Amino acid sequence: MEVTFRVRRYQPDSGNRKPYWQEFVLQDVEPTHRVLEMLHRVKWEQDGTLSFRRSCSSGICGSDAMRINGRNALACKLLIRDVGTKIQVEPILGLPVIKDLIVDMEPFFEHYRQVMPYFVNNDPPPADGRERLQSQEDKDLITDTTNCILCAACTTSCPSFWANGQYVGPAAIVQAHRFIFDTRDHAAKTRIDTLAEPNGVWRCRTIYNCTPACPRGISVTRAIGEVKLAIRNGSPEGIIDPATIPTHE
Amino acid sequence: MQTHQFDAVIVGAGGAGLMAALYASEGGANVAVVSKLYPTRSHTGAALGGIGAALGNLEEDKPLWHMYDTVKGGDYLADQDAVKVLAEEAVDSVIELERMGLPFDRTDDGRISQRRFGGHTSNFGEKAVRRACHSADRTGHMILQTLYQQCIKNKVRFFDEYQVVDVIMNQGAVVGTVAIQLGTGEFHLFHAKATMFATGGWGRVWQVTSNAHSLTGDGPAVLFRRGIPMQDMEFYQFHPTGLYGLGLLLTEGIRGEGGILLNRSGERFMERYAPSIKDLASRDVVSRSIYLEIRDGKGIGGQNYVHLDIRPETVNRYLAEAGESCRIDSAYIAKNLAETLDTCRTYLGVDPLTEPMPVAPTAHYAMGGIPTNVDAEVVIDENWTVLPGLYAAGECACVSCHGANRLGTNSLVDLVVFGRRGGKVIANYVKQADFIPLPANPAEQVQAEFNRIRASRGSRRPGELRKEMQHEMMDKIGVFREEDHMRKGIDSVTSLRDRYMNDLHIDDQGSIFNTDMMEAWELGCLLDIAHMTAESAINRKESRGAHSREDFKKRDDTNWMVHTLVSSESGEPYPHGIHPLKINSSKKVNRSLEEGDKRFAPKERVY
Repeated sequence: MEVTFRVRRYQPDSGNRKPYWQEFVLQDVEPTHRVLEMLHRVKWEQDGTLSFRRSCSSGICGSDAMRINGRNALACKLLIRDVGTKIQVEPILGLPVIKDLIVDMEPFFEHYRQVMPYFVNNDPPPADGRERLQSQEDKDLITDTTNCILCAACTTSCPSFWANGQYVGPAAIVQAHRFIFDTRDHAAKTRIDTLAEPNGVWRCRTIYNCTPACPRGISVTRAIGEVKLAIRNGSPEGIIDPATIPTHE
Repeated sequence: MQTHQFDAVIVGAGGAGLMAALYASEGGANVAVVSKLYPTRSHTGAALGGIGAALGNLEEDKPLWHMYDTVKGGDYLADQDAVKVLAEEAVDSVIELERMGLPFDRTDDGRISQRRFGGHTSNFGEKAVRRACHSADRTGHMILQTLYQQCIKNKVRFFDEYQVVDVIMNQGAVVGTVAIQLGTGEFHLFHAKATMFATGGWGRVWQVTSNAHSLTGDGPAVLFRRGIPMQDMEFYQFHPTGLYGLGLLLTEGIRGEGGILLNRSGERFMERYAPSIKDLASRDVVSRSIYLEIRDGKGIGGQNYVHLDIRPETVNRYLAEAGESCRIDSAYIAKNLAETLDTCRTYLGVDPLTEPMPVAPTAHYAMGGIPTNVDAEVVIDENWTVLPGLYAAGECACVSCHGANRLGTNSLVDLVVFGRRGGKVIANYVKQADFIPLPANPAEQVQAEFNRIRASRGSRRPGELRKEMQHEMMDKIGVFREEDHMRKGIDSVTSLRDRYMNDLHIDDQGSIFNTDMMEAWELGCLLDIAHMTAESAINRKESRGAHSREDFKKRDDTNWMVHTLVSSESGEPYPHGIHPLKINSSKKVNRSLEEGDKRFAPKERVY
């Protein structure tokens, strides 16, 4: 079948400093082809200047988040049958566009670094030289949020982030959640204090764009809600009911 | 041109590079990591099933058994000093990952949970053992995230989206690298006492692969052009269970949890090829078995794939048959194989809980690469002569702990164990070493090469040439090999190289994120790798591990217990047309374990 791509272009090298739309028509497309493969066909067969990030092409590296038919997704995880034969592709919103579908990710990673996205536990390791113990039930408190691949699909779908780029955004809160609710970690208090600041978790107005945008199926809004409760209670303890943890069966 | 100076520069930000960066910085070195991707995009994140370590959390296990499995799995080509380090230090390394916060799944008593994996056994091949430590089926993702997090904690300096394109030598040592900043197109020099390559593999040489688009063998190609030999390039692993048609990886953990391979008549064919551990035989064995079934017309519907079945009723039937007491259900699979379910549902619309998955072998992992010793120092000849200032670890390196065929989980073990060792060795080296000055105009040659590529106005786009190379390599230097056929493959690569040099076409003339030009340069790397692979494969006149010759079907331990070293004869990197290659087959396999324990001596490999 025939598919038409309408792509938001920006080619600062070319002397044209304004973004514009360009259409590309592809023949012999199958419904099971990935959007990413079709963008590659445009680049490899028609126009080598078309620029976008990509790597694994299987939904795990998080390079190719784009706005496809108005919704954020990974281009490698959407099939043509999911999006139809007229496909509009734009860069994700809220971050400066550098070229075509490539945006400046630095502000996004800066917010990530603000929430202390690393494990902290300065206790001496167990005397037997082995691993720290943790129950599977405790580990499961963070299974969902450890799924995050930092693709920015959630943060750049969030109107609160569009309105205020200082807001840390859903991805950073998901990352904080992963450590705040890790029963082995000791820095929950510091992260809770950081996220209680004006550009922390309270900028979230529960608009819910982030959850359907997540290509990993993380319950992002739920995680943000749990962090809000931890701030209110001053502690992560007892907030997550293990019986209600989302599964993907 | 900007010049940056660091004690140590790590090229590549996957598991090996980040591990080295962490330990070098903890050892006091001033470290930078230079990567063509954002670190969390690295392909370590795609590793699924687990990391092998003889923790013995669920049943008795010992590093010695892990060594035996690795030596046997590698068809006796692995260097046994490296295997010993791998298996012994795996235990400590995994425990350190847990202490860094890695969210492993847990046993009932709160220890790291372990599952079965191909080729991993207890008591010298007696039965399959639970050795693969896992975090659902996204273990690699968790390793990559955890190491990146710890690097942030340690304030490691990152140069993200900088592509290293040349290595700089002076006074008989490596003194730095040349990189392009992708966002601006500017060249940068990285002047270092120690440079480590941890650039990953090159699955994109082949048409069907589990590898990322970025895995184009840049690191080995760059070093090869500067005269450093590559080792054992003929050994490339095809993973048995790629998603049919796409090549995306379906983890061996599926079979570890009880999944079964079936042919068109519903027969569990691995019982014929590996009577003892069946579907969990090593990957080279299973991939060949699948191809033989397909060749016999036993693929599903006569087509080029077989079925992988994890439906609870199938698994439980075979568990009952084997006299095992445990049973699984859909909820268990959904939890432990979440990525698998997502992959099949997303890309094929197949639900593995109710339908079998269509699978065929997919190009997956390079056993060969940059030759190193167990301290990650690069060694450039059969006498293990160290090239000062240069290190390598992870998939791009050949230490060689995998020999002729890598066992599942051992890639993650390799990168944490040898990344860590390399980081520690580098920290000590830079304390006593001085900076050797950079030579004059070190970027001149590679800049000229990029100018040539960018100015190419011929008729062949890089994507077209790459596609043709991938097809030829899949057809002629794949799972089964034969000399005449491989010669034709080399002819194709030669003619593609000629077109690459003389008839290339580049659209993008800009500087900012010129991915058209970068992909063309990466294609040059792939062509070098393809050529080295083919020549090394023709040279080895035996079948061993992943290298399976139709014209030399037997393993030949009398003549071929040696590594292959392949290098460029001309020693002139640019302009890089077809380099005549020279091959050295005099580097003997290290057999130190065998000297004390005859169980490690080569024997026929049965599973």
